[in-house]
Amino acid sequence: MARFLGALFGGLGQGSAYALIALGFVVIYRSTKVVSFAQPSLMVAGATAVSYLAAGGDALLPFWVAVPVAMLLTGLLAAGVERVALRPMVGKPVFTVAIITIGVDIVLRVIVNRLIGVNIRAVGDPWGLSVVTVGGIPLQVRFLAMMAALTLVIAALGAFFRYARVGLAMRATAHDQEVALAQGISVGSVFALSWAIAGALAALAGMFVGTSSGIDQNTWIIALKALPAIVIGGLDSIGGAVVGGLVVGLVEALVATYQPAWLGENFALVSPYVLLLLVLLVRPYGLFGTREVERV
Amino acid sequence: MTGRFPYHAGRGGPRRRSQGVAVLAVSNLEVVYDDVILVLRGVSLQVPQGSIVALLGANGAGKTTLLRAISGLLDVHEGEVTKGRITLDGEEIHHLDAPRIVRLGIKQVLEGRRVLAEFTVEENLRVGAHAARGRALGDDLDRVFTLFPVLRDRRRRTAGYLSGGEQQMLAMGRALMSDPRYLLLDEPSLGLAPLLVQQIRDLIVAINEQGTTVLLVEQNATMALGIAGHGYVLETGKVVMDKPSADLLADDDVREFYLGLGGDGRRSFRDVKHYKRRKRWLS
Ligand SMILES: Nc1ncnc2c1ncn2[C@@H]1O[C@H](COP(=O)(O)OP(=O)(O)OP(=O)(O)O)[C@@H](O)[C@H]1O
Ligand SMILES: [Mg+2]
Repeated sequence: MARFLGALFGGLGQGSAYALIALGFVVIYRSTKVVSFAQPSLMVAGATAVSYLAAGGDALLPFWVAVPVAMLLTGLLAAGVERVALRPMVGKPVFTVAIITIGVDIVLRVIVNRLIGVNIRAVGDPWGLSVVTVGGIPLQVRFLAMMAALTLVIAALGAFFRYARVGLAMRATAHDQEVALAQGISVGSVFALSWAIAGALAALAGMFVGTSSGIDQNTWIIALKALPAIVIGGLDSIGGAVVGGLVVGLVEALVATYQPAWLGENFALVSPYVLLLLVLLVRPYGLFGTREVERV
Repeated sequence: MTGRFPYHAGRGGPRRRSQGVAVLAVSNLEVVYDDVILVLRGVSLQVPQGSIVALLGANGAGKTTLLRAISGLLDVHEGEVTKGRITLDGEEIHHLDAPRIVRLGIKQVLEGRRVLAEFTVEENLRVGAHAARGRALGDDLDRVFTLFPVLRDRRRRTAGYLSGGEQQMLAMGRALMSDPRYLLLDEPSLGLAPLLVQQIRDLIVAINEQGTTVLLVEQNATMALGIAGHGYVLETGKVVMDKPSADLLADDDVREFYLGLGGDGRRSFRDVKHYKRRKRWLS
C-alpha cells in the first residue's frame, strides 16, 4: 500500500511538471492555432537561467527570486521568438509554421547547450531529495512543490482568462480573430503574450525537472512527455492539459513501480507514448475536446 | 422617415474637430482580393458626422468589402486597397490597422452578428470595451444596458443560446461599449422577423440620437431608407446611385429592384426599359 501511495504521489508530482509544459502548448495553440515544438528549448533555457542565477556558492540571486526572474526572461525570449520568427508567417499554412517552431527549437537548444556545458548543472533548488513523512508515508518535498506550483498556476491562469482585460482579449482572439480585431484587440500582441506565457510556464517546469537531478544537454527530451499529455487532454483545453500531464506522470510512476520483469527495465519511459497510442485509437480528438455551443 | 437629412445635430459639438468638416469620406476606392479579384472599382461615399447613411446593394455588390476597407479588416481576408483613399476628418486612415482605427472611434458590427458563442453576454460586452481603456466599465455597461435592457436581464447567460434578435443587439451593444463616433452596421436585419427588424431600426435611430454616426449596410431597403438621410446604391463594385433617401424611395428602379414594388404584373415595355437601365448599372 505504501508503495502504491508513493507511486501515486510521485506520479502526480512529476505529472505536475508535465502539465506545466502542456499548458504552454495549449496557450499557444488556442491563440495561434499552431502547435509549437519550441517548448523543449524554452524549458531548458528557463532551467539554465535558474541555474546561472541561483546555483553554486556565488549565486546571484536567492532561489525564490531567481525562479520568477528566469520565468520573466524566458517569457521575453519566447515573445521575441514569436515576433521575429513566427509573426512574419501569419497566414501561412499551420504545418509550415509548426516546422518553423522545430527549427527555432533546434537553434535555441544549440545555444542553450553551450551555456549548459558538458557537465550536469544544479539549479540551486532548496529541496534536493528531502522528505517529509505524513501519516507514515515519506513524501518528497520537490513533488509537493510541483503540485503546489501547478495549483497556483491553474488558479492564476483561470483568474487571468476570466477577469483580466488582456486575458479576455486572448480568449476572444482564440474564438474569432476577426471579431477580436473589430473590437480593437491587437492580435499580434495576443500572439506574443501567448508565447510569453508558454515560455514562463516552460521555465518553471524546467526548474522542477532539474531539481535534485540537475540539468544536462539531454534534459530537453523530458519536455516531449507533454506531447502525450496534450493529445490525451486535447490541444485546446486548459483543463485537459492539466489532466493529461497528471495522467502521464501517474502512468509512468505506476509502470515504473509495478512493471513485470519481462517488459524490461525502462518500460516506464515509453509508457506515456503507449498510452498516447491507446488514446488515439479510442478518442482521436483527445478526451477533452471543446464542445461548441450552438443554438439549434 | 425622420427628415433629418443631411446633418443630424447629435452630440457633435464637443467632439467635432476644430478644423474642417467632421466626415468619414471614401474616395475613388479600389479594393482587390488575393491580388487579382477586383471587387470595389472606384467607390466614393461620404458619411457626415451625426448622420445615418444607408448603403444598399444586391448580394456580392461589395458592401461588406467597403466596410472592411474602412475598419481595417481587409487584411484578414487577403484584401487590399489598391487605389483611392479613406479619410476621417481629413486624415487618411486606410493604411492603419484595425486596432488603430477602432481607437479613432470607428467600430464595425460584422455581418451575421458573430457573438462569441461560448462567452457570457457580459464577457462579450467586456471584449467590446477593450479599446475603452481608462474609462469606467460600469458606466459603459449601464449605457449599453439602457439601450438594450434585454441584455441586462441576460447578462450571465451564454451568448450562443440567445435568440437571433438578442444576438444582434449583443453585437451592437458590444460595438458601442467603447463609445465609438462611427458605427458601421452590416445587415443588422438579416434573418430577423419583421417585428424585430422594427425594433432594430428604432434602436439604430436611438443610437444615432445619442450622437453616434451610422453607416448602415442593408438589403432591407425600406428599413434603411426609412431612417437614413442619404443613401448609396452599390452594384458590382460601383456606386450607381447617390441620393437623399426620399429621392431613392421615389426612384422607379430602386422601387423595383430593392423595395419589390412597382412590378404589379405589368411585364411589357417598362420591363425592357428597366432591363436596359439595369444593364447600364452593371456595365
Ligand atoms: N475574401 C475574399 N476573397 C475573394 N473574394 C471575395 C472575398 N470576400 C468577398 N469576395 C468577393 O467580393 C465580392 C463582394 O463581396 P462582399 O461580401 O463585399 O459583398 P456584399 O455586398 O457584402 O454581399 P452580401 O449582400 O452577400 O453580403 C463578391 O463577389 C465576393 O465573392
Ligand atoms: Mg455582405
